[in-house]
Amino acid sequence: MSLLNIETDRSKYPVKGEDGKLQIDLDSHKYVKLWQGPNHPGVTGNMALELTLAGDEIVESKTHVGYLHRGFEKLIERRLFVQGLPTSIRMCVAEPDSNEYVYSTCVEQLSGIDIPEMAKWIRALLLEMARLQALLRVVPGQGGTFALGLGVQWGVYMRELILDRFEELTGGRVYHMFMTPGGVRGLLPGGFKKRMEENLKEIDQFVINIDNLMYSNSVFKKRAIDVAVLDPSWIDKYGAVGPVARSAGYNRDVRKDYPYLIYDQLDFEPKVMNHSDIYNRSRIRWYDIQTSVDLIRQIMAKMPEKGDIKAETPNVLHWRIPKGETYVRSEASRGEYGLYMVTDGSDKPRRINLRGPSYTQAVALLQDLLVGANIADVAAIMVSLQTCPPEIER
Amino acid sequence: MSLKDTLIPFKAWGNLVKKPVTLKDPMREGAPRYRGFHKNDVDTCIGCGSCEAICENEAIVMVPAEGIETKDGDSGLRPLVDYGRCCWCGLCVDVCTTGSLSLSNEHTWICEDPEELKYIPGIDKKPWDEKEEGWKKPVPNYHFYGQERVSMEEMEAEERGDSFIEFVKGYSKEQAQKEADRCVECGICVATCPAHMGIPEYIKAIRNDDIEEGMRVLYETNPLPEICGRICTHKCEDVCSVGHEGDPLSIRWLKRYIADQVPSDKYKEILDTQKIYKGDKKIALIGAGPASLSAAYYLSLLGHNCTIFEKLDKAGGMMRYGIPEYRLPYDQIDKDVKYIESLGTEIIYNTNVDAAKFMELKENYDVVYVGTGLHLGRSTAIPGSDHEHVFQSIDLLREITEGKEIMVPEKVVVIGGGNVAMDITRSIARLQKIKYGKVGVITTSLEKEEVMPADREEVVEAREEGSIINPGWGPKSIEIEDGKIKGLHVVRCLSIFDETGRFNPSLDEDDKNFFEADMIVESIGQGMDISYLPEELKEKIEFGPRGRINVDDYFQTSLDWLFAGGDMIQGPDVIHGIANGHKAAIGIDNFLNKK
Repeated sequence: MSLLNIETDRSKYPVKGEDGKLQIDLDSHKYVKLWQGPNHPGVTGNMALELTLAGDEIVESKTHVGYLHRGFEKLIERRLFVQGLPTSIRMCVAEPDSNEYVYSTCVEQLSGIDIPEMAKWIRALLLEMARLQALLRVVPGQGGTFALGLGVQWGVYMRELILDRFEELTGGRVYHMFMTPGGVRGLLPGGFKKRMEENLKEIDQFVINIDNLMYSNSVFKKRAIDVAVLDPSWIDKYGAVGPVARSAGYNRDVRKDYPYLIYDQLDFEPKVMNHSDIYNRSRIRWYDIQTSVDLIRQIMAKMPEKGDIKAETPNVLHWRIPKGETYVRSEASRGEYGLYMVTDGSDKPRRINLRGPSYTQAVALLQDLLVGANIADVAAIMVSLQTCPPEIER
Repeated sequence: MSLKDTLIPFKAWGNLVKKPVTLKDPMREGAPRYRGFHKNDVDTCIGCGSCEAICENEAIVMVPAEGIETKDGDSGLRPLVDYGRCCWCGLCVDVCTTGSLSLSNEHTWICEDPEELKYIPGIDKKPWDEKEEGWKKPVPNYHFYGQERVSMEEMEAEERGDSFIEFVKGYSKEQAQKEADRCVECGICVATCPAHMGIPEYIKAIRNDDIEEGMRVLYETNPLPEICGRICTHKCEDVCSVGHEGDPLSIRWLKRYIADQVPSDKYKEILDTQKIYKGDKKIALIGAGPASLSAAYYLSLLGHNCTIFEKLDKAGGMMRYGIPEYRLPYDQIDKDVKYIESLGTEIIYNTNVDAAKFMELKENYDVVYVGTGLHLGRSTAIPGSDHEHVFQSIDLLREITEGKEIMVPEKVVVIGGGNVAMDITRSIARLQKIKYGKVGVITTSLEKEEVMPADREEVVEAREEGSIINPGWGPKSIEIEDGKIKGLHVVRCLSIFDETGRFNPSLDEDDKNFFEADMIVESIGQGMDISYLPEELKEKIEFGPRGRINVDDYFQTSLDWLFAGGDMIQGPDVIHGIANGHKAAIGIDNFLNKK
């Protein structure tokens, strides 16, 4: 289903056999087997794409994972509930706060604990900051896949500004471990809002700059528009979520559909588009940056000044949770990010399972979306799905 | 593609005239909350090991640290941090029971030897030790375990003031489990408890709702849990690590909770003592107090035949005849004692052991154990103290237990600031309330209120019941008029101990006071009565500097067949008696096995 505007000699391409599978005879010397990954600058992490090429077009693609498996789910199942927090964040390096949120909320729900109002606002602030810093990397990163590295450097600087605020608020830059089960670990430090506003102003300018550099750029447009178009019917078929689904016309956002924390008190409308190509999938995240910036401003304006930060919990050293199961979802920058937890009355979770957007989008969807694409666009397509291999394997 | 789309990206060249944003060297400091390298205030740290328990990476190990001595309430251990494992989550800081552990905002450390990256914060000096900034325990209202003790239901003062019914009601299951949840299982209490009871284990059993396991843990080191669960001096609670920032755990009430749940007829089944092999060795124990009962229990389990000789008509010693019923009901003493008797120990009541009887016991038994306690009251020896209406508290308490009618006038003064003084104060207050409908007891002591040896709760409760506690006075003389006591003259006590730490009260003779009374009770301590020891034996037995019998680690005296324990040797309190009775049982067993 190549939508690329390139004239090719289709006679050299494989045809389907009686079993419905492509007849690819590698000995025919018509095809080239090419591995992109597990270590490759165009792969955002460690995973491999086994590509079969006819000329420079991909005729078959297989995703291989297993290079990054650290067994975090099993590690958490062998730890106390409070100890699971520092492990859970490592499941997705790019946006660890979503892990913190879903993990702690699972523990709280199963224990029947309601966290204080103040903690909810701070958690929402952290989640939006995390979304923003993730987008500040992935949006210019889309330009990077077309060798437009300048935006990446701008984005990294902007992200550092947000990480400074994270450091100030949580004591950590990348891994924050701030949403302990029961609440959060502190109030906003003095002067935080002022400094955050200064950073947001810089990001406002960055949004304009990146629009000029990427989305109005004729080369970028040429490389991104109408490339790897995602048929809207594939969204439900593959379980695509977040910006990928919204770019194909599906107005889906957990913050709106299943409001959590204080999102029902905020005024925002996630952007929806109707043509999911690389350009729009990236562009919708550019809009998301603006939504996030707006939400951070709203949260800072509406949040209470003081209040309890933590609910009373059982002693964390022997916190037991009765038999039960729950699934907690949140909207990460990549889409619905959820955690399923089963407890059995002991002081450790019986089973936890993470539902990350990359698992569906980068394993099944990517390998089918790549068929017909040009070899030069593989990295761009992968980034346009915002693939995060650590979250696929955990 | 428009011309605009081709030109607009060149706007980026505008950055050429902007100031670079790259970070300069040297690196800036971490934020005030930054989670960097560990610091520890080793003087505040008690080595409870909560940091080690919470560390998910096993990056913290508790190790003996140089310059730290093991003492009550301090394990002598300190955390060693391994930065090959640490993930800087800071949960160790959040859970720290004393608040001694923190993280500095220092975040760079370059060294060639990876072993250097393991160190004991506070002991191994580091450049960031003095840094103020860095991660500290979040405040306020951020706790990883409950700070407040589950309050114990008690009868109100009006309700209990004229009754000897036990007024502490005991925990319910929910209350006990909630209180047990606060324990951090550091085990510091175990080291401090004279009997080294498995406190964290039995508290864990309560959390797990496994009362039978709790009973087994209790009886490993203490065969009088009903008694200790009510009147133990709970030294464990004084050192409880949770008590550094919140209320210490109610360890005593939790022990009582376990024992209260189990009916007497289940004891043998739970403790697996239905069948005990009995040998031919015989041990005579003098005095049915906690030390003898404890020794007899463990000796019975070891297969020895024990006979206890008791002067009075009930067992328990000071527990029954010294402690009032409202604190320790007699049926609870009976419950513990009956179980010990059921294992084969015989208690012979109303038998006074004198010198002749003592020699008889020596002939007929393999070992004699003396645990006769401190039953002689001490007098202030002030003018007038020889009046017939000046009593010793210990004698009055015994007579109350025996059901004898004691003198209860409208005005009574008690001299003493310990728990026994409180016991007699509160007992007389009850008797006055019954007789006159009002209370007229004044209790005075040399010690000021802050340093009174009595438990704080005893003082508070005595006041609630109407007694006047007026501490900080030294008794001078008892005024007697027409053969009747009029009251007690006292002067202000400035200090009790002199510079060398010896008992030498300093009094301000100008600051005088007078407490009216018809009767005076002295409660300033007790002494032992060992007149039953034959003179020829007394010459052979080694005595210590304060008149106490010298014993070895297993409470064996200089005569190998004679063991001694209880308040005579240690304490005075019940838990010391239980502990040294247990130890003596091991000593006696070793001695008999060698014979």
